[in-house]
Amino acid sequence: MFTIRIQTQDFDLSQECATMRTRHRNIGAIASFVGIVRDHHAGDALSSMTLEHYPGMTEKSLGNIIKKAIALWPIIDATVIHRIGQLQPTAQIVLVAVAAPHRGEAFQACEYIMDYLKTDAPFWKKETTMGGSRWVDARSSDNLAKQRWTTPPAPLT
Amino acid sequence: MNSIVTVLFFASIREAIGHDRELISSEGLHTLEDLRRHLCAKNIKYAEALETNKRWRVALNQEVADLASVLSAGDEVAFFPPVTGG
Repeated sequence: MFTIRIQTQDFDLSQECATMRTRHRNIGAIASFVGIVRDHHAGDALSSMTLEHYPGMTEKSLGNIIKKAIALWPIIDATVIHRIGQLQPTAQIVLVAVAAPHRGEAFQACEYIMDYLKTDAPFWKKETTMGGSRWVDARSSDNLAKQRWTTPPAPLT
Repeated sequence: MNSIVTVLFFASIREAIGHDRELISSEGLHTLEDLRRHLCAKNIKYAEALETNKRWRVALNQEVADLASVLSAGDEVAFFPPVTGG
């Protein structure tokens, strides 16, 4: 079971955790990641960040990533929320929360989903600074982060 | 019968070309590379945005594809820069 939401409005991690705990009684661990807009990038003060996406493909791509994670770990529930539109520094951008019987698989699956989201899900960031607006360049370190999952994950004991 | 494909542009490619979607007759276009060449021949904005040495991606019916992929009537094709979400 999983939930994907693309939205302009903010989200609340505790509320998402509470929803998962209400839905299932066998959850032993929830690992989560929240991405935040920083107030600077490459030395420039950031006034805002605008996120664009590809409606339809985004949901499909995130669904495929979560299904791959479910095939690798015993995930009970997963929630991915990604905001779009204009965001200010300190705003929340993305939430990944994974519920599993134990912490090991929850931590790993959460990182896996986030690593693949970074390189595969069709979102684009545009930064606005005092000097104007520019599209953020893709980082090769994000591809490297994903590649570590191409070898099967270490068995959890 | 008309064979139409929908072409979408996102982010920096959308801005360079000046609009986010268009309908193209796929007659005579067999692959995504044929479509890319057809677009590049329209004017300099397309040619610059979609030149082969630029870093962009192409998706066919909302799945990442390569330029050798075969084009069919009704397909949705999208050109976009490398993704930067999260």
